[in-house]
Amino acid sequence: MSEEILEFTQHLINGIALGSIYALIALGYTMVYGILQLINFAHSEVYMIGAFATYYGARWFGLLDRPGISTFVLLLVFAMICCAALGVLIERLAYRPLRNAPRLNALITAIGVSLFLQYTGQIVFGADPKVFPTLIEDAALASFHGVSIRSFDVAIFGVTLFFMIALSYLIQGTKIGKAMRAVSANRTVASLMGIDANRVITFTFVVGSALAAVGAVLVGMKYPKIDPLMGTLFGLKAFVAAVLGGIGNLPGAVVGGLIMGLCEEMVVGYISSTYRDAFAFSILILILFFRPAGLLGKATQEKV
Amino acid sequence: MPEKAPILEVQDLNVHYGGIHAIKGLSFDVREGEIVSLIGANGAGKTSTLRAISGIIPYTGTIKLLGRPLTGLQPHEIVKLGVAHSPEGRGVFPNLTVLENLEMGAYIRRDREGIRRDLEHCFELFPRLKERISQKAGTLSGGEQQMLAISRALMTKPSLLMLDEPSLGLAPLVVAQIFEIIKKVNKEGMTILLVEQNARMALEISHRAYVVETGKITLSGAGSTLLHDRRVIESYLGA
Repeated sequence: MSEEILEFTQHLINGIALGSIYALIALGYTMVYGILQLINFAHSEVYMIGAFATYYGARWFGLLDRPGISTFVLLLVFAMICCAALGVLIERLAYRPLRNAPRLNALITAIGVSLFLQYTGQIVFGADPKVFPTLIEDAALASFHGVSIRSFDVAIFGVTLFFMIALSYLIQGTKIGKAMRAVSANRTVASLMGIDANRVITFTFVVGSALAAVGAVLVGMKYPKIDPLMGTLFGLKAFVAAVLGGIGNLPGAVVGGLIMGLCEEMVVGYISSTYRDAFAFSILILILFFRPAGLLGKATQEKV
Repeated sequence: MPEKAPILEVQDLNVHYGGIHAIKGLSFDVREGEIVSLIGANGAGKTSTLRAISGIIPYTGTIKLLGRPLTGLQPHEIVKLGVAHSPEGRGVFPNLTVLENLEMGAYIRRDREGIRRDLEHCFELFPRLKERISQKAGTLSGGEQQMLAISRALMTKPSLLMLDEPSLGLAPLVVAQIFEIIKKVNKEGMTILLVEQNARMALEISHRAYVVETGKITLSGAGSTLLHDRRVIESYLGA
């Protein structure tokens, strides 16, 4: 196989791995938007807390130098629980009191919560980057003419796939999932069916935040330097992915995430890593220009 | 005729929207097994009355279901007590299938067997829904959506079924069909509170009716009586 194809394949694998993590975070943005029409800017900080929960969890549980599947699963679940709790707390304290206020108020509050968590993180965790614990060994599982498939990539791909299938079953096949779709379609009518919208909204935050934790653990494994501001740019790019796919649309978030990850990896591989972020936001500008509703989103007319 | 027990009692209901006094001291009741209509022009306060009963909008006054005050309860709690509300404009969940919409109607219920039976019953009432069972509700015609909205309300297994403008935007033939079903559901024992602008259709099937004008009840009586009342004919039925 020629050198070029090998290189391209390697970038493709990396891009899919990165993209599936973007997709996980983008799902959190898009779920909350679908149900509250709120862009939860604090979501990127929930993701950050997921990384730190794993960092401290590894210390508390004495799992620092014991990489393995059980360590990975235990810390993943721990981070998911921490993030879910944080998500519920944010919704209760910051968003619920504004449920009937103009949408802009909640949006500004979301930015406020985001900044609050960033700076609280710097006080509590310290501003210096920390080294993420090794959860599993990054061994090359298979090598094919120089293209290596590493255990991290398999873990990232496998875990994201698992959670996406689980989420899809949750939304399509379970009672609470149908209630989520009903509330997102029409909260008032949903309440006329006896659905407690607040409970459904809380549940949405639980799921979205837990997915952010999964994303954080996977990113931490691959790029093991974490700091309290790590969510800012990564979260913003995941948000762009959600917009790219059509915000409020779950398959759209996955598609958007994969496109973002692939594009970014290709830019890094073939152009220059200097432009990776510029490229992400150029995509945002282009979509907003040509397809404001996103790739899979439905165009809606604002009533004036 | 001996009076049946009241299912719903509304006393001195007042609703304010900002500075506007939309409902001014409305009082009426609905008794077991009746169809009671609120008729009146657009904006008279009929829909607001239903929304108050369901707990969607704040009000003053008393609303009692089977003698139990509903004041201060959330909409989802009121549904559990037995009030079903098929809202104006139908409000089907467009992104859910017909079956899923009906399942949402049964959201508060745990009796699997009963749910299955009621589902079958809805399909008997509206065979069209069975044909469209796995279709997204947003792709249904207006009439089909109305059938779905009524069925979905029935799936909550209510003591009182409230229907807001079931004729809205539908062809006369479809309206006639839907009103036949409303009559049939009532014959099977369902107590119904109907809000309609189509006064003739409403009065024809109602045991009793109230005429609502700018937030007040101006006339009330048996449906058949009001159908021949000079004032009703002049204002609501045309010549």
